[in-house]
Amino acid sequence: MSQFYTSADHFTIIPAVMLALFGCAILLFDFLIFPDPRQRKWLVLFVAAAEVFTGYGLYQQYAYLAANGLSELTGFQGSVTVDGFGIFFNWIFLAAALIVALVSYKYLEIAGEHHGEYYALMLFAQCGMFFLATGTDLITLFIGLELMAISFYVMVGFLRTDKRSNEAALKYLLLGAFSSGFLVYGFSLMYGMAGSTKLADVAAAMSSRSSWDPVVVLAVITTSVGLLFKISAVPFHMWAPDAYEGAPTTVTAYLSVASKAAAIAFLLRIFLGPLASSREAWEPLLAAVAVATLTLGNLAAINQTNIKRLLAYSSISHAGYMLLGLVAGNDTGINGIAVYVMVYTFMNLGAFLVVISLRRQNIIGEDLDDISGLMRKSPGHAVLMLIFLLSLAGIPPTAGFLGKYYIFLALIQTGHYTLAVVATLYVAVAIYYYFKIVRSMFIGEVTEKAPLATSFGLRLALVVSGVLTLAIGIYPEPFLRLAQTSLLR
Amino acid sequence: MDQHLLSIVLFTPLAGMAILLFIPSESKRLLRMWANLAAFAGFLVSLPLVSRFRADVSGFQFEERASWIPTLGANYHIGIDGISLLLLMLTTLVGFLAVLSSWNAVHDRAKGYYAMFLLLQTGMIGVFISLDFFLFYIFWELVLVPMYFIIGIWGGPRKLYAAIKFFLYTLAGSVLMLLGILTLYFQHFSQFGTYTFEIADLMNLHMTLGMEQWVFWAFFLGFAIKVPMFPFHTWLPDAHVEAPTAGSVILASVLLKMGTYGFLRFSLPLLPKASVDQTIVQILAVLSIVGIVYGALVSLMQQDWKKLVAYSSVSHLGFCTLGIFSMNPNGIAGSVLQQVNHGISTGMLFLIIGVIYERRHTREISEYGGLAHVMPKFAVIFAIAMLSSAGLPLLNGFIGEFTILQGAFEASRVWAAFAVTGVVLGAAYLLWLYQRTMLGQVTNGKNLGLPDVSFREIAVFAPLIAWAFWIGIYPKPYFDILRRPVTEIVQRVRPGYFGAPAALAGRGQAAVAQVRSAQ
Repeated sequence: MSQFYTSADHFTIIPAVMLALFGCAILLFDFLIFPDPRQRKWLVLFVAAAEVFTGYGLYQQYAYLAANGLSELTGFQGSVTVDGFGIFFNWIFLAAALIVALVSYKYLEIAGEHHGEYYALMLFAQCGMFFLATGTDLITLFIGLELMAISFYVMVGFLRTDKRSNEAALKYLLLGAFSSGFLVYGFSLMYGMAGSTKLADVAAAMSSRSSWDPVVVLAVITTSVGLLFKISAVPFHMWAPDAYEGAPTTVTAYLSVASKAAAIAFLLRIFLGPLASSREAWEPLLAAVAVATLTLGNLAAINQTNIKRLLAYSSISHAGYMLLGLVAGNDTGINGIAVYVMVYTFMNLGAFLVVISLRRQNIIGEDLDDISGLMRKSPGHAVLMLIFLLSLAGIPPTAGFLGKYYIFLALIQTGHYTLAVVATLYVAVAIYYYFKIVRSMFIGEVTEKAPLATSFGLRLALVVSGVLTLAIGIYPEPFLRLAQTSLLR
Repeated sequence: MDQHLLSIVLFTPLAGMAILLFIPSESKRLLRMWANLAAFAGFLVSLPLVSRFRADVSGFQFEERASWIPTLGANYHIGIDGISLLLLMLTTLVGFLAVLSSWNAVHDRAKGYYAMFLLLQTGMIGVFISLDFFLFYIFWELVLVPMYFIIGIWGGPRKLYAAIKFFLYTLAGSVLMLLGILTLYFQHFSQFGTYTFEIADLMNLHMTLGMEQWVFWAFFLGFAIKVPMFPFHTWLPDAHVEAPTAGSVILASVLLKMGTYGFLRFSLPLLPKASVDQTIVQILAVLSIVGIVYGALVSLMQQDWKKLVAYSSVSHLGFCTLGIFSMNPNGIAGSVLQQVNHGISTGMLFLIIGVIYERRHTREISEYGGLAHVMPKFAVIFAIAMLSSAGLPLLNGFIGEFTILQGAFEASRVWAAFAVTGVVLGAAYLLWLYQRTMLGQVTNGKNLGLPDVSFREIAVFAPLIAWAFWIGIYPKPYFDILRRPVTEIVQRVRPGYFGAPAALAGRGQAAVAQVRSAQ
């Protein structure tokens, strides 16, 4: 037995340590030096500092791997594995957290709930995400998942005086706990087969059994249910529209992007690790779930009049596209998921940022009517929103097209022609509801004159997301190379 | 300068748009002048292409290639051959005239309007010059967004319905086309080990007939919806009727040609086996003929001036696709020429409707009558446009339709016989339209005081009229330009067409003879 906590171990979890330390520091400093709520916006600087240190840690890990020609670095007897995949996903969490922190202070001030804990929770959630992307042990993964989920339960209910926010938090908590139960049941079956919680051991134990072995099938089903809950795939999507609608919009943005990315990373770790050998058992299952997710997500979005709800259903459909990459299952598909997650992060965040700008004093600003005539009132916001929506729909030359491109290509390569046709036709359905927003913005009349909420952080975040969404679409080469590093597993 | 000429042509409108965005919305006059200037500059920079284009060289000219997304194997690769040159010139000229014709028509949100037209212009040019399938697809989709806004913001009463219908129809077709593209892309990887979107490389693929057929149908959906071929045409009347005048002009003159161009540039050369497959050819020919006759019959019944012209497009584009699927030099060369002709004559017809709509704000044919007495100059212009569309000898429409019918006759007499009815019906609905609106006595008092066409309006029509006469009287330069690309396409889909391989050296001459006989 090696030492309990070596410096090599420490090196693998530096980013998470930074996040946890800064999270605690925020709790402390909030109470010591920022008693005046108006001063609390400076806490964003703490988040920024935390991300700088985290980013530096990630960069060091990446540089170490590259310098030594390693594909991975393990710590804690194989519980944590830092590889290209984990680092790539952590960059995404980092970008999402930074952008969300930048826009949060104004929103929370307007909502009258600006507390330091919010930023601490953001960092704790990100800490959980770190372990979801790098964990290679059932226990580590589960703890990471719960750390993330519990932070989110609190953040979703952060508007204490708002009934919708409370209801959303409760629903999310109950369904989340329910799904964690399924997941743990699946994990316990895996442990039963392998006698170990290490993913590698579980994989070895499961590959020695037939894919149709009852225990294997049961483990696959229960684990899948738990994981599909987390990425809000149909039929386990019910929590998403309510949680998205009720949560503070900044939390919705964070939830829809970072939490989904982390859940996808988690899902890939499990399905490409322990469950890889029982592919024939779950591939048809996932294909059916993906099609159902695309269908329900896209069709239900058509009739929504609340923009947050509409985006919630659209984000369900995006989970369907990502699942299709896993159904294809070849390198193109996995790389495609990484690209998809990356572009989805910026375009979906961007769309939510515009919704956040619509929230003003005494104006909730979530309905289609609230965005009406935006082009006349604030052309910059309207054009950015157009770019984000085109990207979400997958129209070139925006980033979203590339995500879909990889998924379609992977499906064609692996001979899933029918799935490819279904997936492409839903692009046309999606354009219909995204363009409901566009129509309202560009063709509708101005219904209320109050100017949009704005702040330095909000402007910066909008411009960054907009520029990235266009840049990835027009000159994707560097971004595609970055995403390819995620194949190093 | 010279080696980047094509890029300059491509990006001039986009640069114009970028500068336009910095002009304040209040200074409408400046906006208008700048947009016209940018569009005119776009036309001017494309003129050297004509003078420097060499009809006696095979392959593509003015080629430019730069690495773009090596990870995917997509390049920035552009170039033109005779077919692209004609459509490109049509685009730059009609694009400018469409902007010019909007001088008085658009006051509300003029900045956005002109920005959309300039963006559209770059997108359309890109479609006609891309030699990389990925690049082509980007431009192909790029066109949708500005057109949606042009119809949706500045259109008529049912603009929202028409705009989203246009968008959804064409998008559904093009995403399926994307699957076809990806199939070729993947096939190239599995056969040659490299990922590429280069059309020249994709031509080396060997695929089974069944695979080619699948890809063909995927492409077909993308292109046929754009053309539009019967039965995918239902978006067209809506879009045309609701679009503002300049939007209709661009839509009819250029946008629809993207579909026929797609067949010529991609479907035929990349999928030669499927393209000559008898079932496919029969189906497409029948759809074309149904389009010709159905479009003409529906045109006869229209009460709305603009709808009539819109359905006439369905009929005329039927000729173009019939020419393509005759699969012989006459049919294809005639088809390309007819595409240009349709751009000129239907563009003029829509401009004419715009002129009269600006004055009377109605398109009901029954509201008019005897306009020739009130607006004599207008009547002359309309007569020329109408006769050019109807295919009167000495005007452009005749030579195009005639060559197509020759090609169709060579392929099947039955096709030609049915297609000829389209010519007759075409003359019928156009002449009847002219009679109802222009001839006789002025029956409606509101028409009495209408001003005749202004100098600016004449300036819009003049180049198109001149072009119509040029093609009608002396089409030889056009057939010269088209000879080589058309020969290459026919050679590709029907290797035995020009005789045995031993006679290959003389195939150019054979094609000349074939095409010459068309004149």
